[in-house]
Amino acid sequence: MADKKLSAAELEAGGLVEAGTAAEFHTGSWRSQRPVWNKDKCIHCLTCWISCPDSAIKTAPDEKKGTVVTGIDYNYCKGCGICARECPPKIAALSMEVERK
Amino acid sequence: MIKPVYSKGKLAAKTGNEVMAEAMRQIEPDVVAAYPITPATEIVQIFSQFVADGIVKSEYVAVESEHSAMSATIAASAAGARAMTGTSSQGLSLMWEMLYIAAGLRLPIVMAEVNRAISAPINIHGDQSDTMGARDSGWIQIYSENSQEAYDNLIQAVKIAEKAKLPALVTTDGFIISHCMEVVETYPDEDVKNFIGEYEPKRYLLDLKKPYTLGSIDLQDYYFEHRFQVAQAMRDSKKIVLEVAKDFEKTFGRRYDFYEKYKLDDAEIAIVAIGSTAGTTKVVVDSLRKNGIKAGLLKIRLFRPFPVEEIAKDLAHVKAIGIMDKADACSGAFAPLYSDVAASLYAAGATVPKLANYVYGLGGREISISHISGIFEDLVKIKDGNKTPPISPEYVNVRIKKTM
Repeated sequence: MADKKLSAAELEAGGLVEAGTAAEFHTGSWRSQRPVWNKDKCIHCLTCWISCPDSAIKTAPDEKKGTVVTGIDYNYCKGCGICARECPPKIAALSMEVERK
Repeated sequence: MIKPVYSKGKLAAKTGNEVMAEAMRQIEPDVVAAYPITPATEIVQIFSQFVADGIVKSEYVAVESEHSAMSATIAASAAGARAMTGTSSQGLSLMWEMLYIAAGLRLPIVMAEVNRAISAPINIHGDQSDTMGARDSGWIQIYSENSQEAYDNLIQAVKIAEKAKLPALVTTDGFIISHCMEVVETYPDEDVKNFIGEYEPKRYLLDLKKPYTLGSIDLQDYYFEHRFQVAQAMRDSKKIVLEVAKDFEKTFGRRYDFYEKYKLDDAEIAIVAIGSTAGTTKVVVDSLRKNGIKAGLLKIRLFRPFPVEEIAKDLAHVKAIGIMDKADACSGAFAPLYSDVAASLYAAGATVPKLANYVYGLGGREISISHISGIFEDLVKIKDGNKTPPISPEYVNVRIKKTM
């Protein structure tokens, strides 16, 4: 193993883990389905963004709308499908597909 | 006449529970979460009255069980509060799971504990089975011979726990100390507050600028290192206990150590005991000494961490030692204190002392001067080679054989 493990002398007492370490782990690797975002259909209501439990909906600032969806971060998306379900049915900018390995 | 040791000390007649509540009032922790249980009820009952009357600013959390009491105390401590609780016996048993968590998360919680027997059969009286059951939980354990020691120990425990980053409990013997009135010297609030100082944790969960996770899963790759840290912190805390005792003596004039040696230095036979029984043993030692018998006592104050090297050194010359346990192990081997004393002596290569284990006082069974005299008579026989040291505990004052 290449990664160095800390010793008892180096570790913080009490099993304290600094916040934000989830960014270091690409939890999207075990997805069985993936959401596919249709840029042309999207109305940027951000319902998917607020619903995503893994903060995997990518956004960017926009002059007109304030914030717009720019895509899906497949490094962290676990393929739960909540975004596709919550996307307004008349818009249907998100659909689930079987994960291609 | 009893005189105060500290120039600003005040003498008053108080029970062990009253004086522990008094110490808690002076410590004025940020949070106390507790559930009542005989014989420790009064400690938190009196304290909750202080809260209700606005005498202290502490937050009192009335919980529905001791498991919740310890859980709430852990949460408060993790959030950054100075947190305390009090319990006994079944209450401590119900906390068991959380005791290990408090130590594993390295939270300096302080507990006022009153020693009481463990069910079944149900019994409310004093023996040390409860805290002996928690001896491997990673809690610092300090025992008291009387109410004065309970008061002094509880104040010191706050400092010890916070420096060691380990939880600490201070005990008294159920009813014998908890409910008996003695003259106790208390110190002014301000002086106690100055002695313990403000609690300033390096990291705490309510520090929103530096968020972190506490209590996350820890598998094969890191669990062992974290548990090693707890064990090492326990070993390292010995030094802290002595430093705090030295500060305490400098401030209030009373001297504390890992244990108290009573006429031990030239003793040929000696008893090792914990708690109020040590007081009774001193009376017996004095009368034996008058008759020219070199008897002595080693009274344990600090049981966790166990002062291995020091005890081995101070007992190495004693020819026969009776180790008195107010708890049985039900292990087929020996009771807890014997096991630690014997291991300490063996590790130090001591060859002189012959050891015997005396289990006594379970469920509050009386231990009198005559019982302790009997143990010393036994030790004389062992010392002189007229009795082989027993390979299992001797039971004091219990009916074992057919009586009818």
